[in-house]
Amino acid sequence: MSEQKDTRRESFVKLGLGSLAIAGCGATVFGYEFLSPNVLYEPSPIANAGKPDRFPPDSLTPDPAAGIYVVHAAEGFYALSATCTHLGCLTAWKPELGIIACPCHGSKFNRQGTKVDGPAPRPLPWLKVWLSDEGDLLVDRSTIITPNHYLRT
Amino acid sequence: MAKTVTGYWNGLRDTRVMQSIFRGAPGASSLHDALAVQGNVFLHLASVKIRRRSLAFRATWYLGTLTLATFLILVVTGVLLMLYYHPSVPQAYADMKDLQFVVSAGLFLRNLHRWSAHAMVLLVFAHMFKVFYRGAYRAPREFNWVIGVILLLVTLFLSYTGYLLPWDQLAFWAITVGSNLISAVPVLGAKIRFLMLGGNSVNANALLRFYVLHCVILPLAAILFIAIHFWRIRKDGGLHTGVQDTQAKESHG
Repeated sequence: MSEQKDTRRESFVKLGLGSLAIAGCGATVFGYEFLSPNVLYEPSPIANAGKPDRFPPDSLTPDPAAGIYVVHAAEGFYALSATCTHLGCLTAWKPELGIIACPCHGSKFNRQGTKVDGPAPRPLPWLKVWLSDEGDLLVDRSTIITPNHYLRT
Repeated sequence: MAKTVTGYWNGLRDTRVMQSIFRGAPGASSLHDALAVQGNVFLHLASVKIRRRSLAFRATWYLGTLTLATFLILVVTGVLLMLYYHPSVPQAYADMKDLQFVVSAGLFLRNLHRWSAHAMVLLVFAHMFKVFYRGAYRAPREFNWVIGVILLLVTLFLSYTGYLLPWDQLAFWAITVGSNLISAVPVLGAKIRFLMLGGNSVNANALLRFYVLHCVILPLAAILFIAIHFWRIRKDGGLHTGVQDTQAKESHG
């Protein structure tokens, strides 16, 4: 009699603990889903840089608001991300030195995005550039392309 | 004969209202004192009796008490700052400037909050080093050291989340750099960063999340662990005084 009582109690405790474990797993999944926003009100990754003829030949034009550099080289146009590959600070173009420099930890890049100095682990990425139907230069900041691919206009 | 202050006090303690709140009979014996401490929800965290040498400056340099004092200042000034600060992108920076230049005593409260925050981080580290070099982390106080490490982390997270709230250039880039540091965590890094910021960059969601962490979640965690930290002092036989501890071990409060 007492043995049966214990077994019933034990199985009831197991049932309770099992339910709690399932509820805990569910709460974890729902918690994770709740904390991950499904809609983000962030700027579009595609930036409009304007007409190509506003960039003189052999020039590098910073656009700090968009976080990009538009370069008009002899081979054509390309765009670099201005976000430092070290810890995400916004880099700045130093025309007198001809380099791109990060104010946070001193990384330096040349106009092809290659690292010259500092702690940055990777070169500045080249971004996808194309011409819109209206003839504007568009830069997709979320699409990284292999370097040395130029847009000829 | 005129009634003394003690007489009035004892008379007050005898009233039905006071008895219902505080229990315990008037009197001055050790037993009365002990019951008064045990019967009070705040005081019961502390020992009924402590050794005089644990109150001496040389035992602790009062570093833990001073840390608590800065925490209390931060709670009071922080709650007051919340009355003028909106955690939204268009308003946060302007509200911070209003607190400095428009709100009466706002500059004083904001600076007090800021300097107390710096002092608290400094005092927490000083307290930790004092405990470490005095060997006060050893048995039976090992677990209170662990609680202390948790409190150190809570303090640093409070400091870090509060850093974003002025929403100026320093705040923005400091949190940009800090959140990119987190994405260096293997496998989960990018996901943790996304959850922490509530997005891909330091933006409106990040400001709101840091505000909630700074004003609600982390202070509640701090209060919980501070309570355990103090209660453990009593349970571990009082403060470590550097003098032989065997007697203390025998008389756990």
